[in-house]
Amino acid sequence: MLDSPNPVEILEVVAAMIRDQLVPQLPPDAVFHARVAANAIDLARRQLQTGDALEAASLERLQQLLGHQGDAPALERELCERIRSGSLTTDSPGLIDHLMACTLAKMSIDQPSYASYRRELDARAAIPHTKE
Amino acid sequence: MTGDFDSFRDALQAATLRALPGAQRVEGLKRLSAGATLETWSFDAIGTDQGAATSWPLILRRAPGGVRAARTLSLTDEAMLVRALREAGAPVAQVVHILGADDALGDGFLMIRIPGETIPRKILRDAQFDAIRPQLVSQLARIAATLHAADVTGLPPALPVSGVRKTIEDLHARAVSFSEPRPVFELAFRWLDEHAPPEPARPHLVHGDYRHGNVIIGTDGVRAVLDWEIAHLGDPVEDLAWLCLPPWRFGNLDLPAGGLGTRDALLQAYAGASGQVVDPMRFRFWEMVGSLRWGVSCASMLEWFRSGRNRTVERAMIVRRASENEMDLMRLLSGSA
Repeated sequence: MLDSPNPVEILEVVAAMIRDQLVPQLPPDAVFHARVAANAIDLARRQLQTGDALEAASLERLQQLLGHQGDAPALERELCERIRSGSLTTDSPGLIDHLMACTLAKMSIDQPSYASYRRELDARAAIPHTKE
Repeated sequence: MTGDFDSFRDALQAATLRALPGAQRVEGLKRLSAGATLETWSFDAIGTDQGAATSWPLILRRAPGGVRAARTLSLTDEAMLVRALREAGAPVAQVVHILGADDALGDGFLMIRIPGETIPRKILRDAQFDAIRPQLVSQLARIAATLHAADVTGLPPALPVSGVRKTIEDLHARAVSFSEPRPVFELAFRWLDEHAPPEPARPHLVHGDYRHGNVIIGTDGVRAVLDWEIAHLGDPVEDLAWLCLPPWRFGNLDLPAGGLGTRDALLQAYAGASGQVVDPMRFRFWEMVGSLRWGVSCASMLEWFRSGRNRTVERAMIVRRASENEMDLMRLLSGSA
């Protein structure tokens, strides 16, 4: 029912306009804030594009890890409680894998150029994963 | 707003004239940082000293309402600490005036402005620093050793004591109020509980935020250590690990010491200057604390944003930097860093 261009397409051109057209015309004090705004628009656009799929994948892993169904907020709270109580530890099968997958998912939206993230992705690309 | 600015400038000029005999007016007043609770201003006092025309390059650090976050030193205590350290020969700014009630400028102090660079990318890339860059890691190590060796009985009394256990407790107290679950932080807290090293043999002065941005560097090297607001007494390894946190490497991931050099180079220079060999497990503990601390700080800004206390784009984006610390924590917890 709603028309196009879709939000992803619109946010893409807004960020490009800020960077390519506005930033060169702005006084130095405003350049930093304009760049932050463009980065924020990119972040929101990435979350619109992949956020639902990443949340769904996380929920599936979480149900497997905790061994039962549930909604994401409740399962995440349970996960936190079980880590706090020591019933899940760094040695528990699947815990580190799940948390690493969640963290990589967050980084793909929040800050895909962060050096530690790039390094972790490169390391994973170099070692073929049997489970995937 | 113009009226506010004018009355601020008049008050600042009056305070400056009282503090510096010979000063006649202030010029070039500009705001350097736009923190919600802390302001930093740069300006020059113009006048005469023993008959000759003189100008004093100055910095004002002030909290207009006098209210700061609970964990930070008051600016008055910070100024007293900086004065004591300067008298002991440490590379810190020269405080020329601590604001009083009659200054009507809030809490704060005036210090001499030190020329130099604090912007990491310039220090790491600009050609003017090429010659000094190889010396910076050992300079930072030596300065850290000097600060850590300060006679703590000679320092202002308000410095909080925060060693290994107190640091974990304080971080935890901040994280329990988060409205969103953060399992990576939970796992990091468990790890810290299980791997906490013994408390240091004696409490040392710890800067608490020893990294790029808080160190003024010139073409001749490190000129001063700034921003003492979270200084405390504790474990000196905290400062060394904080200096090596991944977010302050600015792309030079394999040069942990501020993107300038290796961890080994830093710790060897520190051992040479202090006589203290840093235990790698103690260092790892403080690395985990560091990433968790910066992560908790970012995540805690959600409350500032949602409550309207600081509802800005910049604040929203800082909250979304909590995840970069989860990345660094996961790399430590999974053994890949």
